[in-house]
Amino acid sequence: MLIKSSASIPSSEITDKRLYMDRRTFMRSATALATARAMLGADALVQAAQPASHGKKLENVRASGYSTDERTTWEQITSYNNYYEFGADKEQPARLARTLVTEPWTVAVEGECNKPAVYHLEDVLKGRTLEDRVYRHRCVEAWSMVIPWVGFPLADFIKKCEPTSRARFVEFTSLSDPKQMLGTRVPVLPWPYVEGLRMDEAMHPLTILVVGLYGKVLPNQNGAPLRLAVPWKYGFKHAKSIVKIRFVEQQPLNTWRRQGPQEYGFYANVNPTVDHPRWSQATERRLPGIFKNRKTLLFNGYADQVASLYSGMDLRKNF
Amino acid sequence: MTSNQTVRWVAKPALFLGSLAPAAWLVVAALTEQLSPDPLADITNETGVWTLRFLCITLAMTPLRRMTGWNGVIRFRRMLGLFAFFYGSLHLLTYLVADRLASLDLPAGIAWQTVGALANATLPDVLKRPFITVGFASWLCMLPLALTSTAGMIRRLGGRRWQLLHRLTYVAAAAAVLHYWWLVKADVRRPETYALVVGLLLIFRAWWWGRSARAPVTRRVAA
Repeated sequence: MLIKSSASIPSSEITDKRLYMDRRTFMRSATALATARAMLGADALVQAAQPASHGKKLENVRASGYSTDERTTWEQITSYNNYYEFGADKEQPARLARTLVTEPWTVAVEGECNKPAVYHLEDVLKGRTLEDRVYRHRCVEAWSMVIPWVGFPLADFIKKCEPTSRARFVEFTSLSDPKQMLGTRVPVLPWPYVEGLRMDEAMHPLTILVVGLYGKVLPNQNGAPLRLAVPWKYGFKHAKSIVKIRFVEQQPLNTWRRQGPQEYGFYANVNPTVDHPRWSQATERRLPGIFKNRKTLLFNGYADQVASLYSGMDLRKNF
Repeated sequence: MTSNQTVRWVAKPALFLGSLAPAAWLVVAALTEQLSPDPLADITNETGVWTLRFLCITLAMTPLRRMTGWNGVIRFRRMLGLFAFFYGSLHLLTYLVADRLASLDLPAGIAWQTVGALANATLPDVLKRPFITVGFASWLCMLPLALTSTAGMIRRLGGRRWQLLHRLTYVAAAAAVLHYWWLVKADVRRPETYALVVGLLLIFRAWWWGRSARAPVTRRVAA
């Protein structure tokens, strides 16, 4: 099962590094604006985004047939993040996630399985072959990127945990530590962040646990040290900084669905025909583009691989 | 220089340039590639937030005048209001072009069909999505105010009727706050701040009207 390298991402759309390099310098000079802003409260004005410096290179990463051949730049991927534990603004995680301590890191495995345990991250990674997986990434907010993740199939780890026949769903819990995560001091969302997948979705070969980006250790703002990538689903399904994996019988109540059940579903499959109540999902903006002119693909272009998981399901109802 | 001349040749031009600064900054930032990886979001947010700010500032002129007794501030109100309309129009235009127009399969060149197609792509969106509905309503409220902002129009309408019409500013500001509120995903603290500011500015008016209505009675008693 190979994903054809997508011709729908022309090289002209790869983000220029220059774009994001010295925004900060410029911002400092805009003091008059800053004063005006201060008068009415610091607000949405674009703040300097701070891309991560490149981390340690990961060894023995092999290429994957699941990859597309285009990518968004490191600078963009690491300076534009939806990671509410570090603030609701997209440039905040790059600044505020520095306080996150990712070593040591443990992942608790609980619920319907034969091997419940608290795993050290090293044990989660032991024996895994890391792969480069360049995935299209589609946010529910109708923007998209192409991201070269480094990771391994979640299925490999799940098998190791030996889920029982009662395990129908997998629930992921992200770290929520007000000491390290400024955003969790404010009840903007019900913390901790919870996400979930149906067992067959979790076992699908496209679903990976991510530990790296561009061959380097995953930057904190992108959900280090361990996050999920489920490329046919909207970005909010990609649980970050995972500390707990629980096998459960009932469908987990994922955070955004809890926050707004009319707007965010459990499945959250990318679907151009099912609009978000507040905007159309038919098209998207491939960042850093300005125009919302790219046709969104069913299952984010991974329909050949995953459509069978949902045969017979009403995708409008199960959005 | 008389104070009249100072207002005309110094204060007003300075205010004009200052009010233009956010737009100028956006243009410079866009041209020099200083915006975030999602430039459209930046442009949309900035123009939207500045609309709201100018509405607040405009609405603050009358309370400021009442409280300070400085009647001169009223000479800046029109320009500030027009800047609210200016930023609101940029905001609307961004949505029309980058969101609606871009989502269409366009034949080469812009033709009349394009305008029709744009209207077809926009109207259902405006009607279907409440946050866009109120945002658009806010702009629609500002439109007649901008059109009747000249001295000639004030004369033609007559001061009383003109004043009544221009109370639409209150509706525009309230709708703009609602638009912002319904737009954010989770963290409503910023829309709350604007709601508070607009709320206070409107409450001040209610209080002032209540006071002036009572005033003659009070005077009689005092006399």
